[in-house]
Amino acid sequence: MMDLRDLYQDIILDHGRKPRNFRPQEHASHTAQGHNPLCGDRVTVYLTVEDDRITDASFVGRGCAISTASSSLMTEVLKGKTLDEAKQLFHSFHASVTGHDVPALDEALEDDFERLQPLTGVKGFPARVKCATLAWHAVEAALKSGGKPAEPVKTE
Amino acid sequence: MSKDTDPRTTGLAEGPLSRPDFDPRRIKEDFPIFRNNPGVVFLDTAASAQKPQEVIDAVSNFYAHDYANVHRGVYALSQRATDHYEAARLTAQRFLNARQSREIVFVRGATEGINLVAQSWGPWALKAGDEIIVTEFEHHSNIVPWQMLRDRLGIVLKVAPMDATGGLDLPAFEALLGPKTRLVAITHVANGNGAVMPIEAVIRSAHARGALVLVDGCQAAPRMPVDVQALDCDFYVFSGHKTYGPSGIGVLYGKAEHLEDMPPWQGGGDMILQVTFEHTIYQETPHKFEAGTPDITGTHGLAVALDYMERLGRDNILAHEERLTEYGARRLAELPGVRLLGAGNRRLAVLSFEVEGVHAHDLATILDRHQVAIRAGHHCAQPLMDRLGVAATARASFGVYNDEADVDALVAAVKAAQELFAS
Repeated sequence: MMDLRDLYQDIILDHGRKPRNFRPQEHASHTAQGHNPLCGDRVTVYLTVEDDRITDASFVGRGCAISTASSSLMTEVLKGKTLDEAKQLFHSFHASVTGHDVPALDEALEDDFERLQPLTGVKGFPARVKCATLAWHAVEAALKSGGKPAEPVKTE
Repeated sequence: MSKDTDPRTTGLAEGPLSRPDFDPRRIKEDFPIFRNNPGVVFLDTAASAQKPQEVIDAVSNFYAHDYANVHRGVYALSQRATDHYEAARLTAQRFLNARQSREIVFVRGATEGINLVAQSWGPWALKAGDEIIVTEFEHHSNIVPWQMLRDRLGIVLKVAPMDATGGLDLPAFEALLGPKTRLVAITHVANGNGAVMPIEAVIRSAHARGALVLVDGCQAAPRMPVDVQALDCDFYVFSGHKTYGPSGIGVLYGKAEHLEDMPPWQGGGDMILQVTFEHTIYQETPHKFEAGTPDITGTHGLAVALDYMERLGRDNILAHEERLTEYGARRLAELPGVRLLGAGNRRLAVLSFEVEGVHAHDLATILDRHQVAIRAGHHCAQPLMDRLGVAATARASFGVYNDEADVDALVAAVKAAQELFAS
């Protein structure tokens, strides 16, 4: 059985308590809401995309330590990425927290992927996987819609 | 039938109805789940209760010895199954102290019982502009069926508020009662914060204005004696799985005068006397509300579970739950950083709380690793959570098998969570 410390590593507790990029963006080009109906957690993500590159990423909302830390780390790694790189990171991250084979990543993204590894502790806590993926699903929906999806993204 | 003449309980309880030696540690041995999951501290009985061995055996033995369809065959097995089914109705009648057995309708659970009243009584009794009152404490199952009825009939749904202490604001409720109020749908004990509603006063006031009252007894029926005649409520619903019985079975009590008037809500076999393509004659109540083959085995399991509770003693169970609730509330209140949600002047069996700096879901995960099972979330009472200004709370709730050691384990695990998050 996985230890609680595998889930609640220092970096998770730190980002859960003091999330980075925790702010709305008035002029974001892309935004989407994520909602976890199981616990009532809500997150709104904001992206500024210029010439196919994410120049700013931020979020607001209330959630558990896992979802807050995941949102926070996500905004850190997404800044400066192209849309294709963001998509690669989403797919690799999603595969790694759900216990699937992780698709190959561009070499340049490996450090960022490594930075997200503390969140893979949720693999041993199936009820918590959605907490880690909520903000990422919101980003995916925002990018897919080309701006703002009509409905909040649900984890169920 | 009085307790003394009930053949199924004679010899088990002499003199006083209840066992004077109510001992949760011994009672726990009746529940094999604890033997099969050693060390588990189960504090989620408000969501669903564990099952005693005799209920598990009753379900299994019924299939092995007595099973056939009911109300159909002339052969002995079908007659025996029918006898069990109708005996279960008598058991439920005794459990609620209903005046007549035909006032007991078997349903899938409290949710179906409420939907039955909404869909059968609603369109028959209501016209546009009529009013139904619910409270801020209700489970979604006592909100949504009335909203659906509102949208269908153009009736008005009013909401009686909570007061500052977490109990029902009785004066505000009474101010909502008016000449157009037709029904008050209210929980007996709130599953979100454990508040015991002043339903006696609610029923008196509603009746004085000519309104009927439906009581959601999901949390009360497993924990206190319920006398529907003394309460004088018009409808009372509860779920079998919360009264230590199987899931998928429950009871709707309705006063005969209402059930007689109400039209059937589902058509099918078992609820008819005669069918031609031109016309169908329906059965009398309660059978006209029980279309199709019912949960025959579940109904028998429910009766065994209700008898089990009677043998423990409903007064004993209430005293036990009150003692544990008081102890749990005191121990949690002693913990720095823990905020116990208010529940008015009387709380029963449910402790809803927040831990500063630790989200309810993180808390539930950490507690689970300490083998303490609690519920975290909105408890199917989102309007109540909104009113309390919280997205999610941690909820510990008690059953007959819990004792002070379970509360101590909860407190120790909450402390461990605080330490982890303070690190």
